[in-house]
Amino acid sequence: MGMTIAEKILAAKAGVSSVKPGELIMAKIDIALANDITAPLAIKAFEEVGAKEVFDPERIALVPDHFTPNKDIKAAQQAKMVREFAYRHSIKWYFEVGRVGIEHALLPEQGIVVPGDLVIGADSHTCTYGALGAFATGVGSTDLGCAIATGEVWLKVPPTIKFVVKGKKQKYVTGKDIILHIIGTIGVDGARYKAMEFAGEVIRELPMDERFTVCNMAIEAGGKTGIIEPDDITKEYVKDRAKREPVFYTSDEDAQYEKVYEMDITDLEPVVALPHLPENVKPVREVNDIEIDQVVIGSCTNGRITDLRQAAEILKGKKVHPRVRLIVIPATQEIWKQAMEEGLFEIFLEAGAAISCPTCGPCLGGHMGILAEGERAVATTNRNFVGRMGHPKSEVYLASPYVAAASAVLGRIAHPDEV
Amino acid sequence: MQIKGKVWKFGDHIDTDVIIPARYLNTSDPYELAQHCMEDADPEFAKKVRKGDIIVAGENFGCGSSREHAPIAIKYAGVSCVVAKSFARIFYRNAINTGLPIIEAPDAVERIEEGNELEIFLEKGIIRNLTKKEEYSFEPLPEFMMKLLTSGGLIPFVRKRLQQKGA
Repeated sequence: MGMTIAEKILAAKAGVSSVKPGELIMAKIDIALANDITAPLAIKAFEEVGAKEVFDPERIALVPDHFTPNKDIKAAQQAKMVREFAYRHSIKWYFEVGRVGIEHALLPEQGIVVPGDLVIGADSHTCTYGALGAFATGVGSTDLGCAIATGEVWLKVPPTIKFVVKGKKQKYVTGKDIILHIIGTIGVDGARYKAMEFAGEVIRELPMDERFTVCNMAIEAGGKTGIIEPDDITKEYVKDRAKREPVFYTSDEDAQYEKVYEMDITDLEPVVALPHLPENVKPVREVNDIEIDQVVIGSCTNGRITDLRQAAEILKGKKVHPRVRLIVIPATQEIWKQAMEEGLFEIFLEAGAAISCPTCGPCLGGHMGILAEGERAVATTNRNFVGRMGHPKSEVYLASPYVAAASAVLGRIAHPDEV
Repeated sequence: MQIKGKVWKFGDHIDTDVIIPARYLNTSDPYELAQHCMEDADPEFAKKVRKGDIIVAGENFGCGSSREHAPIAIKYAGVSCVVAKSFARIFYRNAINTGLPIIEAPDAVERIEEGNELEIFLEKGIIRNLTKKEEYSFEPLPEFMMKLLTSGGLIPFVRKRLQQKGA
């Protein structure tokens, strides 16, 4: 019987010829990662299991991206603990401020994660790497701490749901709109415990940056991972980056799917997810009277160069609404440099935006743009839960960089056509 | 493992930002985290909850972030068990790994009300509602996970595995 790409990778890492959904496997990991919030607890677990050495210092990434540059003394203490562990164990992929970026943008960009990998990360958006044709899933700190001791992890093989996205994308419809549309259709637990395989002509035409956005939000539907079969676009992306030899897996013709959704997105317009769940998805035009206070363009979901270009396309020659704060956060130093060289910063600065160094910052209500009581933000981030970006009575509206930029100009939720 | 306590009831999709807001994640001290447990759903929860109490919730409990601070905050707030219609997968793993008992029991959740007194028998798969004098059954955890849970989480399990490898 055929296997899906997710099953093939898991079988290979478990050292068996095939696996079936529901099976418990012990699998070898290619990359394990943690950040400045989750690593301290993982380090504690690592020490508690009595491990003396990590399984492989070249297979571990410690990325202090959440509360860095250190937002307060306690955050600084946590970052210090991670730094000291990284030095003590000669962790190859540890990044200091000035070199660090948002983990899920940084690791693919630097070729640290490659197609065919099994990646576990103490961060729920680890599923992002599925865009490369890797099996990547989020775990907690104890799992991660144990994994960096042993190099392996127990996993239950998930059933796969396939999303075949067809049709012709309208202008200003992006990977973000597609994944929000999918979450809006199946709900925030519509893919709980499942692998979500994204396929079809629309996915095939998406550039890598937008594929990362799609897989990034698989967790927002409860998914264990999001995954896309690698193709020429993937190969082109990893060609000059890959630090290890990639393996390109694809799903068999007779692979078994728990469910297949065929979606025609020809009529899909830019959308926004209203508070307080990512499934509350509405066309922008139906809610374009909602006034806003802040716009955030960045995060592991939409902080890549394609996203910044899209935002700049709208903001060029325009001004941010006087009442609105626009914060732009390129996800990595390389993206930062590229945006600067392409002249995007000039557009943002002329428009009246603030540009931050790479950080997760406001996405999780950490720093660099916290909302006060009653304030509303349009953000290109991934979650709009209660209190996510600050005060428990603030609101977050999730959207694409196009919609976020248009909203910044008009001071309300806006369709890019309106600018 | 036997559990007994009073019920605090919550709705569907209780996410990890509600369980422990990120503004408190600049520490991993379990007692400090416990002081803010469920704060954005019920600001008084950490003060009201008593040792042994039980959280009962709807679908998809623990959705969102992978932060293990969530089950830790719940455990150190004194909560002995979480009963829900369903759990998000990372939270499910984290709870087992950190030794917080969790039970999927959709039918029981429908019947249980805030303030009810429950007695739970994890291995037998039985919940006794002492207030309403009812009994509900649930599918006990798979053997592998029960073993992880009763041995105090993943750490003792891996410690043993490492020792075997070293021997």
